[in-house]
Amino acid sequence: MRERDAFHADGRLRGPANTVTAYAMSSIAAPTPARFFARRRRSLRILTLPALVVVAAVIVFPWLFTVYMSAFDWKIGSVAHFVGLDNYTGLLTNQRFLEAIVHTFYFTALAVIVPLLAGTAAALVFHREFRGRGVLRAIFTMPMMATPVAVALVWTMMFHPQQGVLNYLLSLVHLPPSLWVYSPTLVIPSLVMVEVWHWTPLVMLIVLGGLASLPTEPYESARLDGATEWQLFRHITLPLIAPFLVLAAVIRTIDAVKAFDTIYVISQGGPGTASETINLYLYLQAFAFYNVGNASAVVVVFFAIILSLALLLLHVRQRAKWTA
Amino acid sequence: MNDRTKPEAPDALRRRLLQAGAGAAALGALPGAGLLDAHAQGAFDWKKFKGQKIEILLVKSPRGDLLTKYHKEFEDLTGIEVGSEMIPEQQQRQKAVIEFNSGNPSFDVIALSYHVQKRQFAKNNWLTDLRPYINDKSMAAPDLDFGDFAKGGLNYAVESDGRVMSLPMNLDPWIIYWNKELFAAKGLAYPANFAQIVDAAAKLNDPSKGVSGFVARGLKNANVPVWTSFLLGYGGGFVDKNGKLTTDTPEAVEAAKMYQTLLAKYGPQGVAGFNWNESQSLFLQGKAAMWLDGVGFAQPVEDPAKSRVVGKVGYGVMPPGPKAQVSALFGDGEGISTYSKKKGPAWFYLQWASNKANQTRMLQAAAGAPVRNSAYAAAQQSSDFKAPKEWVECMLKSAAIAQPGLPVIAPVTEFRDVFGIALTNMINGADPAAELKKATTEFQPVLDKSEKA
Repeated sequence: MRERDAFHADGRLRGPANTVTAYAMSSIAAPTPARFFARRRRSLRILTLPALVVVAAVIVFPWLFTVYMSAFDWKIGSVAHFVGLDNYTGLLTNQRFLEAIVHTFYFTALAVIVPLLAGTAAALVFHREFRGRGVLRAIFTMPMMATPVAVALVWTMMFHPQQGVLNYLLSLVHLPPSLWVYSPTLVIPSLVMVEVWHWTPLVMLIVLGGLASLPTEPYESARLDGATEWQLFRHITLPLIAPFLVLAAVIRTIDAVKAFDTIYVISQGGPGTASETINLYLYLQAFAFYNVGNASAVVVVFFAIILSLALLLLHVRQRAKWTA
Repeated sequence: MNDRTKPEAPDALRRRLLQAGAGAAALGALPGAGLLDAHAQGAFDWKKFKGQKIEILLVKSPRGDLLTKYHKEFEDLTGIEVGSEMIPEQQQRQKAVIEFNSGNPSFDVIALSYHVQKRQFAKNNWLTDLRPYINDKSMAAPDLDFGDFAKGGLNYAVESDGRVMSLPMNLDPWIIYWNKELFAAKGLAYPANFAQIVDAAAKLNDPSKGVSGFVARGLKNANVPVWTSFLLGYGGGFVDKNGKLTTDTPEAVEAAKMYQTLLAKYGPQGVAGFNWNESQSLFLQGKAAMWLDGVGFAQPVEDPAKSRVVGKVGYGVMPPGPKAQVSALFGDGEGISTYSKKKGPAWFYLQWASNKANQTRMLQAAAGAPVRNSAYAAAQQSSDFKAPKEWVECMLKSAAIAQPGLPVIAPVTEFRDVFGIALTNMINGADPAAELKKATTEFQPVLDKSEKA
């Protein structure tokens, strides 16, 4: 009974049926179940340790160190001074930074919505059976495979107001030349053109995948009921591909918010600061001016913005799932 | 060994240099030809550091390529092994700052752009003072002839306190490329002053034919030297002796108005986004009458595969402004890391890299404009040297009237950014005086902070 009591006290093995087994285990000096689980937990901890160390070293530490540095006025090559929240309050009144936030949202909104609409339209076209569909679809997806910097360099030449091919094309249809990225008002829409050309195929592929998985029965019954093509799309296709559209929107938003190469190569944030997004501003602060403290504060604010955006998109995605 | 040699007091060195005769007098208070006699008597030996290895950090450019191509020659000459890394300009500057700041850079010799890095490097004492080596008979090569170096280059290499922190390699004075055919069609001669530049631009500007009277950089940051080219001619400057910016003075405003008039009124559409490459392509197509930029574009201008104006281009020295005739100067050179443990071999590399043979090669390969005057004569003797004589003359005349085209301050990139935005705004119609006032107010605290740090 003593062993039994002991097991009761342990709280894991109960009842006479277990007494013999327990006795046998204790008689060959095997670990008690409690010890077994404790050891198992220890070994699990040891096994996960390398991953934890890597995550701590490459994600947690840099992040905490960035937050720490954002509390300092530090330019590389000079002594760092603790300034508390001054870098953040400075950003609140920094006209250029606030404008960069606006430019980022403007660019992101256009660079998500336009490819989404164009990609969906392209997917609907390529979903139909027609001659040469495979070849055309392959050609359509080619821009997606090009290197962003190379794409940006080619577009820079195309945008040239005097010698660029875009103004030549406009002249063929008797339209006046445009300044494209050389105009403060047109620069962001022009940069979005590059994004649209580059990333519409990605949206098309995602939506096409969605269309391929749709059942045919609802369409047949709707047609029997006399539904028009538009009604089919509006009331059947669109709700069913909504989760795919949200997925495409999430991917495009992440890409557009972090866009740097295209803007840097084509306009460098100009003319003036007309296309300077948070990324461009951050790059200048950190790697051109070496203002590490201020750049760290920008990173923290940027992270907060991205986090809010991600939560919003996740919420929308959940809703899309429920409605679907 | 020689690393322990105490530097000569600046005044003493200056006195010695001034005593060195006409050659040094022409150079001002700079290392002069007088030192050569001492060198000639010394026991200089290129093999002194045989068996050692040095690391070089170069910038990816035609000049970097050229030096790398001939590193074997240096290795054969000295027995010193060279390890070199060549990376793009922006990344090289970032790497330099980060590695110097760590106190343990990976290189012994570094290439630097004077207009961006001179003050930054000097302020942080990142480079080694070369005077002990220059004055040591056993360390200075017999053909290290400072009398052969252009004044502008030596000005860049020497600090105000007399320290010689690097050897200059390449100069980039700004000149005006002008289309002789377009000028002749309107019966115009090359401008003799600033007013005539504006006048000629007005007469030559013909939007109906797609011809602009004037083209230059409008893109922020890149555009600042265009304005400073005018600013120096108006007698203006950047910072006074008390560390206060002089970038909103009447001279600065007049220069900005000239910039605005030339680019906004007589420049091409969209010039606010033009860097040198857009300006170059327009000029090469014969669609711009004048183009103000660095001297190093003769090769594309005279290349029939790229240019429609081959043989029709004049290379003009910057005309005199109301107060002075100045060519805005940029340049680069090489120095030795203060943290290097192989300063002797590194100094040998510097001497080799800037010698007459390499400077002549640079010109022959159109990889830059050498600092050594003798390189121009030597290059022209070569049968495959294709640069026009007018370009060579323009280069030499411009180098003689050159002054730094940007302030020699540590936060020069921020300076270019802040004033670059102001200039771009002017092209888009903003008031020059108001923009300069705003930029000066914005930048003064940055400058104050950098000098206090």
